[in-house]
Amino acid sequence: MLTKRIIPCLDIKNGRTVKGINFVNLIDAGDPVILAKQYADLGADELVFLDISATLEGRKTMLEMVLKVAEQVNIPFTVGGGISSIEDVDALLKCGADKVSINSSAVKRPDLVNELADKFGSQCVVVAIDAKQINGEWFVHLAGGTIPTKINLFDWAKQVEKRGAGEILFTSMNNDGTKAGFANEALAKLSSELNIPIIASGGAGTVQHFIDTFTVGKSDAALAASVFHFGEIAILELKEALKKKNIPVRI
Amino acid sequence: MKLIIINYGAGNIKSIQFAFKRLGVDAILSNNIDEIRTADKVIFPGVGEASTAMKMLQESGLDKVIPTLKQPVLGICLGMQLMCNSSEEGDTKGLGIFNVNVKKFSKVVKVPQMGWNVIYDLKSDLFTGIKEKEFMYLVHSFYAENCEEAIATTDYEIEYASALQKDNFYGVQFHPEKSGVEGSKILENFLNL
Repeated sequence: MLTKRIIPCLDIKNGRTVKGINFVNLIDAGDPVILAKQYADLGADELVFLDISATLEGRKTMLEMVLKVAEQVNIPFTVGGGISSIEDVDALLKCGADKVSINSSAVKRPDLVNELADKFGSQCVVVAIDAKQINGEWFVHLAGGTIPTKINLFDWAKQVEKRGAGEILFTSMNNDGTKAGFANEALAKLSSELNIPIIASGGAGTVQHFIDTFTVGKSDAALAASVFHFGEIAILELKEALKKKNIPVRI
Repeated sequence: MKLIIINYGAGNIKSIQFAFKRLGVDAILSNNIDEIRTADKVIFPGVGEASTAMKMLQESGLDKVIPTLKQPVLGICLGMQLMCNSSEEGDTKGLGIFNVNVKKFSKVVKVPQMGWNVIYDLKSDLFTGIKEKEFMYLVHSFYAENCEEAIATTDYEIEYASALQKDNFYGVQFHPEKSGVEGSKILENFLNL
């Protein structure tokens, strides 16, 4: 049986992890390669690296980091942040990234999804969607959630599936950072209306939240950052708790 | 040990090269027919779309060469699928090494299958030291039907062949290069065949 995936997300700026990492006895908590290896050993199913560098220099450093991660880490990983062209994706895949995640650039030019799927295959095209529920309706937001649009979450998700996205990474801005649980109602709707995997993101705070997003939210994978980075939830214990609830996981 | 990864333009082969590097073997990327023929072991990778990949093989003449190779050959993912008789993807005629057809998953399940699933009914030296129901990482929308040449089975909607073997030819649907310590063990077993 295909298992549900647990995905730690690392924010990268100029080749280093940011947003404090504070678990186990790391020699260098800022080194993404050391962290990635550690997460792979601790039972993470996949990793996501989000590049938040604002400079060209920072982006170049990102490619070097991707190469080092691919050299040393034996589980799949996705790279996102600031990707807007075939050339960007080509460079990342050539450095050994398994998948790329695109967000604002897909909204600005939806044909990018088709072009990437045609050239590199749907399996490596993750479309990340940040959305906020306003008066009952979910609206897509751009640029890390700072720019609202009038695009409906579900319409957009269906459109990118049709265009060749292999997976959707949905972050609920209402839930992100609250540690009050994932946006399971919206996730379940996405999962039933689309036929590609859905990754839940935003709101993880407790083990129960993961149980809920896989059962109520029908998510295929769950992504989180701080609960893993600060050792609040250990991946192995989380997976054992999921297994007890008959949720298929890789242990 | 001369290990060649056939480089015909299909997909991300860096990960495979790195996985062998972690095992201490420098794999050479090549599409040179003489070099491929004289290798000790050959990896036939592939990510992407079947008919496009097959066209690339035909353009370089590799479609005629691969089925005649005598050393151990390991097809990975689309590489394995192209070694079959045919694929529903792009209505593609395969290399016909494995006597089985490749079909598309129905809409009953999410497509692609993406993530970790188990392999079982293991029947080959390729899986020495690998336990039944070990987890492997898979990403695919098409599958080889279960058949006599299956050396591993996986269940996703139906039971299908997640690995195949015929004589010196091996194929795996999963990505051993991305399947943790156990995946690495399978690559090591291949080197030891």
